[in-house]
Amino acid sequence: MAQQQKESVITPEMKKWIGVEGPPTIYEVEKGAIRKFCIAVGDTNPLYLDEEYAKKTKYGGIIAPLGFFGTPVSSGAFGQQPYEVSLKRVLNGGTEYEYIKPVRPGDTIISTRKITDFQERDGRLGRTLYTSSETIYRNQRGEVVAIGRGTTINY
Amino acid sequence: MAKQVYYEDVTEGMELPQLVKHPMPRQLVQWAGATGDYNEFHYNETFAKVRSNLPGIIVHGALVCQFVRQMVSDWVGDEGTLKKLNVSYRGMNFPEQDCICKGKVVKKQVQGDDHLVELEVWSENPKGEKTTPGTAVAILPSRAKK
Repeated sequence: MAQQQKESVITPEMKKWIGVEGPPTIYEVEKGAIRKFCIAVGDTNPLYLDEEYAKKTKYGGIIAPLGFFGTPVSSGAFGQQPYEVSLKRVLNGGTEYEYIKPVRPGDTIISTRKITDFQERDGRLGRTLYTSSETIYRNQRGEVVAIGRGTTINY
Repeated sequence: MAKQVYYEDVTEGMELPQLVKHPMPRQLVQWAGATGDYNEFHYNETFAKVRSNLPGIIVHGALVCQFVRQMVSDWVGDEGTLKKLNVSYRGMNFPEQDCICKGKVVKKQVQGDDHLVELEVWSENPKGEKTTPGTAVAILPSRAKK
């Protein structure tokens, strides 16, 4: 017997946004914000916190831990969507960071995000939408410092 | 800081020193403030249960990702470089419970000038379930290059 097909939550309006780069988000990387981030993680590595210590390392000064690109942190998972999603509950599905250059206090990080894919499944939480996105982080010199890939789950 | 690990010290299958975290709700609030992720199911029990249909407040996935990142960063040391970190949020970590970060070396190889190690990394809840499985790639210093 043919199973009744549920209506797809992936609308034609949503599909139009695949591959479209969103407006840039600009973050300033402040030493104090790095410190707050490290305290929240419970990471006391002096490379992120102690200028005198960090000066003696190969970096020559404080760097931000991988995953910190200024505040507020864009995880690539909870960015503003330009479209309506019928499933209102949101979870972070996963994250990948590729670290290309160190992020330092005083840097300005410009990030741009685009949706790369939509998938839907019937899972443990009922009908579930998986939205994949890619975020490119550049510094004030236009150098790509990192690439983030994330999956957002709507259920 | 721990002693610097070198490429030559590493063998495939070798385990990384584990990092045990025990996040309290206070830490989740600190994380919300530090990152701007004010999603209420990370600090509002009623919201988590009623609105989000969860058993209670949950630890931010991105915070668990940072715990795993810290474990890898601590291991590679100042002379090593973490190049890539990938985690999937498969299960939830709840506050007031241990979140145990573990890892092991899957592969080591020299690529050009880089001494690379590929790692399998994950976090576990107290039941031993892998909540945040992932992979990482790091460059380690080599004694031969010194």
